[in-house]
Amino acid sequence: MKAAALSKRERPEVSIRQSAFGIRNSPVPTVDQVMVEERAASFAKRSIKTSAKLAGLKMTVAMCDLTTLEGKDTPGKVAYLCRKALQPIEAKYSVPNCAAVCVYPNMVKYARNFLGAVSPVNIAAVATGFPSGQYPLRTKLEEVRRTVADGADEIDMVIDRCAFLAGDHAKVFDEIAATKEACGPAHLKVILETGELVTYDNVRLASEIAMQAGGDFIKTSTGKVSPAATMPVTLVMLEAIRDYFFATGIRIGMKPAGGIRTSKQALAYLVMVKETLGDDWLNPQMFRFGASTLVNDVLMQIVKNVEGNYQGPDYFSLP
Amino acid sequence: MKTKSKAVKISPKRAVAASAHAVVPLKERRLNFGNKWDFAPAPEESKNYVIASQHELFINGKFVAPHSGKYFDSINPATEEKLTEIALGDEVDVDTAVKAARRAYDKVWGKMPGRERGKYLFRIARIIQEKMRELAVLESMDGGKPIKETRDVDLPIVAAHFFYHAGWADKLQYAFPGRTPRPLGVVGQIIPWNFPLLMAAWKIAPAIACGNTVVIKPSKTTSLTLVRLAQIFQEAGLPDGVVNVITGVGGTGDAIVRHPDINKIAFTGSTEIGKQLAQITAGTGKKLTLELGGKAANIVFEDAPIDQAIEGVIAGIYFNMGHVCCAGSRLLVQESIYAKVVKKLRDRIQTLRLGNPLDKNTDIGAINNKPQLEKIRELVQCGVAEGAELVQSSCALPAKGYWYPPTFLTGVTASHRVAQEEIFGPVLSVMTFRTPEEAFERANNTPYGLSAGVWTDKGSKIFKMVNKLRAGVVWANTFNKFDPTSPFGGYKESGFGREGGVQGLGAYCRLD
Repeated sequence: MKAAALSKRERPEVSIRQSAFGIRNSPVPTVDQVMVEERAASFAKRSIKTSAKLAGLKMTVAMCDLTTLEGKDTPGKVAYLCRKALQPIEAKYSVPNCAAVCVYPNMVKYARNFLGAVSPVNIAAVATGFPSGQYPLRTKLEEVRRTVADGADEIDMVIDRCAFLAGDHAKVFDEIAATKEACGPAHLKVILETGELVTYDNVRLASEIAMQAGGDFIKTSTGKVSPAATMPVTLVMLEAIRDYFFATGIRIGMKPAGGIRTSKQALAYLVMVKETLGDDWLNPQMFRFGASTLVNDVLMQIVKNVEGNYQGPDYFSLP
Repeated sequence: MKTKSKAVKISPKRAVAASAHAVVPLKERRLNFGNKWDFAPAPEESKNYVIASQHELFINGKFVAPHSGKYFDSINPATEEKLTEIALGDEVDVDTAVKAARRAYDKVWGKMPGRERGKYLFRIARIIQEKMRELAVLESMDGGKPIKETRDVDLPIVAAHFFYHAGWADKLQYAFPGRTPRPLGVVGQIIPWNFPLLMAAWKIAPAIACGNTVVIKPSKTTSLTLVRLAQIFQEAGLPDGVVNVITGVGGTGDAIVRHPDINKIAFTGSTEIGKQLAQITAGTGKKLTLELGGKAANIVFEDAPIDQAIEGVIAGIYFNMGHVCCAGSRLLVQESIYAKVVKKLRDRIQTLRLGNPLDKNTDIGAINNKPQLEKIRELVQCGVAEGAELVQSSCALPAKGYWYPPTFLTGVTASHRVAQEEIFGPVLSVMTFRTPEEAFERANNTPYGLSAGVWTDKGSKIFKMVNKLRAGVVWANTFNKFDPTSPFGGYKESGFGREGGVQGLGAYCRLD
């Protein structure tokens, strides 16, 4: 065949990005352990004082998913939690309400009952066989649908670590996508349980899968496995969110959970968000803390900042 | 298992899931590093540290007025305010100091057993640790360096150098198996303004650990902390004349280099002066070590952990405002990831905080002196005139003082002046390469050879590059890491001789 004839031959319009080759070869960036830990540590060196400290602490309260995840949870305990979330401290300190309460599926109806149909505080429920995720997909999805029907605004699912570590990433992806579908109007947070994924490369890959499969938020941990949230792990996830935003234009939220107990830790996380993703992520729609004891430490610091001296723990209501 | 070869399967369910998200159009996909939550000022306490109005020479264990009676002003580059007056040493002062050093060498220090010398070094190291906060504050005020760096980098390494060499003092015979190390005598040392105390520690600690005595001259713009270090020597009871500090200007340094009774010259500074020193000392029998300029390449391969590489690039060039001889001032990026890297760099420099060096949140302090600021400006203008694209942080510059924003130039090629000359400021030249062979060829294509950086996930590639790069130090997946146990020094116009480690000791010994 002559060259002219070759070039005239019709070619289908396929971009390499959509081709099987492109998809197979779209790389997930690697992570260097030493440098990511060094970078994460650098955020904690920022010195947050006076007005910046007060603003940061109030922002922290507004970003809290106030959490109780125990077998012994009861309607009474959930009521304590909901009231605390609605009004963390006396109105005179003008502290905002918490973003959400986070409870087990069976507690959702009690929380909804307490908070009413319309509330500034969202109800988040852990689901999909939390915390292990070692259950059949069918029951996981049924659980999600029921929980949303009971009144949950947000679903915190766990990924199938069994499938992930066995290399079946497609299964992890499909489960997340199916869960997203089952969520309907509810927001989906995808818990990677980074303490079981162990390597930063795994965390990065799992983040990528969770975002592409339709998660609205990615979340570090269940709080049932140690280590839970750490600064470097969160940084790896924030970097994944950043790259995903540039690639797709979609802003994914971030929720570190477990192990964040002090104001100082919380402020370091906020610095990290500010300097990695910028102002657009510095709000409760895009960033949350999953914590149970953090709030009162933050409130203690707020009162100290306003009044000039510390109050004992008994001056702060328990959630 | 390699994660990067894994691909994520796109399920048809994806379409359903994605529809819920608001999609930001391509052109608006920018990160917004605004002032939504701005940090309040967090200045390090400085008013407790009193700076005397005048600083004398330190000769034979005492602070003495200069022979000329003249003093020069030392200013704070961040405010242009006068900090203090520094004694201007001349040939007569240098001669007095060398005589004192000779006497101390002959009578006390040269004969003292190593284990005794070591005790003094340990004592000095401990006093430095005790006064670390004060020294860090003074170093920041005198040189414009951010307190974050003086506190976390300079001072800890200063103390580490004294501790490290204190340990060697009584073990020198084991450092050189089969040889007997003996001190050289009186050592003349001239140090630069970029790391005043750190360079003093690099020079003084090995010299006195090996039994030499010292006449040292700091840079004109950064004399303050070395005089303060001399007070620490006094406090540690270091015998008179073992270390003498002669502050002054270029002529003072010249007098040290030309003094006939000096056995060795150690110099850190510009290549231009280094060449002159080589000429002056040639044929005099003086030993010479030079640690000069650099134009290091930071090489980023497409398989690198990119976000961490960006951090390394940032640390490599903006650490200490780029006033670092081993700064990674040439970024060599594999062409396939060039756009991605430039985009990330653009975002990252926006988050660097420039301002008051004493503020604990400051990342970028003041340029050390005015001539240097002018040189940086001139070279950047030249880069732009030669066709490079200028990218600068939009941060505000203080009205007073010497400031230059974090800057990088894209579209730089090997024949741009900014790719060849040392800028010694916060200015990065971004260039591309295609293959590993081209990477080391381009990295080596410079008269300098002090340092280099390699960023790749592939271990074998690191070793291949390390063997091909002609640089005194090669950092792999990190940058600007210093340790007293590791020798530091250059190839070609970056000088000769090593500082630190066993190799550094050798430069201060005669091996019989």
